[in-house]
Amino acid sequence: MKEKEKTIQKAFQAAFPSTIPIFAGFVFLGIAYGIYMNASGFNFLYPMLMSLTIFGGSVEFVVVGLLLGDFNPLKALVLTLMINARHLFYGISMLEKYRVPGYKRFYLIFGMCDESFSINYTADIPQDVDRGWFMFFITVLNHFYWVLGATLGGVFGGLITFNTSGLEFVMTALFVVIFLDQWMKETNHYSSLIGLGMSVVCLFLFGSGNFIIPAMMLILLVLSLLKGLFGKAGEVK
Amino acid sequence: MTMSVSQQIITVAVVVLGTMATRFLPFILFPANKPTPKYVQYLGKVLPPAVLGMLVIYCLKDVNILIGNHGIPELIAIIVIVILHFWKKQMLLSIGGGTVVYMLLVQLVF
Repeated sequence: MKEKEKTIQKAFQAAFPSTIPIFAGFVFLGIAYGIYMNASGFNFLYPMLMSLTIFGGSVEFVVVGLLLGDFNPLKALVLTLMINARHLFYGISMLEKYRVPGYKRFYLIFGMCDESFSINYTADIPQDVDRGWFMFFITVLNHFYWVLGATLGGVFGGLITFNTSGLEFVMTALFVVIFLDQWMKETNHYSSLIGLGMSVVCLFLFGSGNFIIPAMMLILLVLSLLKGLFGKAGEVK
Repeated sequence: MTMSVSQQIITVAVVVLGTMATRFLPFILFPANKPTPKYVQYLGKVLPPAVLGMLVIYCLKDVNILIGNHGIPELIAIIVIVILHFWKKQMLLSIGGGTVVYMLLVQLVF
């Protein structure tokens, strides 16, 4: 038992530093979300329970609007599938990495938000640290920060006076850094550039509300067509 | 409010189920005990860099380069992040530096 405790403690110590930017981003965005729900007339239990069970920032903001409208579960389902379709790509990317023993696997998939996926995919986990526990702690800490922020925002919503304008950029900064880390690791940049390029093209063609699904299809199409040519795209040194 | 509490619970439950479907589906379709098709293995290898690129654009999707500040604060902050990150390779420094620069720009300059 002592041995297991050591493994768990070591994984926590390795995982925690990677989650500090997410602590800042999630507590801030969570508070913004909680305030938004509070201002829309919901008590703090709503943002708290929704951040706990849904654990997906963008869709949670959309649900606020749904809850204020007429009862339409089918619309809720279609919207959710569209907003969260990108998770399908995360899943395909994590088929191997999330092959860890026990109940942890279930929780890792449950908690696979943008941030958990990006960190768990790109993290250089030290040889002597247990991979399963490392990824588990990344996910559970992110989950905790998000629920904490949403609850704080729901409870103390109206009391914040500090000028936080621009703080939301911390999430953009996080994804830029994760992208750069991947860029520095890979032997060629075909896939990275295809991802950037196709997304920009679709953003201009379809607008910010509708571009993700066309972008995913275009990325899939280009990567499939170029399978022979780019067989090694994204390969790590 | 037009919805009853039970209707609200159903709505949230549907969103939870929909979200879980998008997260679990690949793992259900390609279980560990069966060999994953070669094509899916290929995708698993080449998709991630493209997905990370897509996420960067996803974060910037509401930036309008035609009106307002034309996305100049975002551009400057990202340049700062790229320089810091290639120079020091310290995740927290790059993220913190870029965010502080962005906050100063939108609060004081633009």
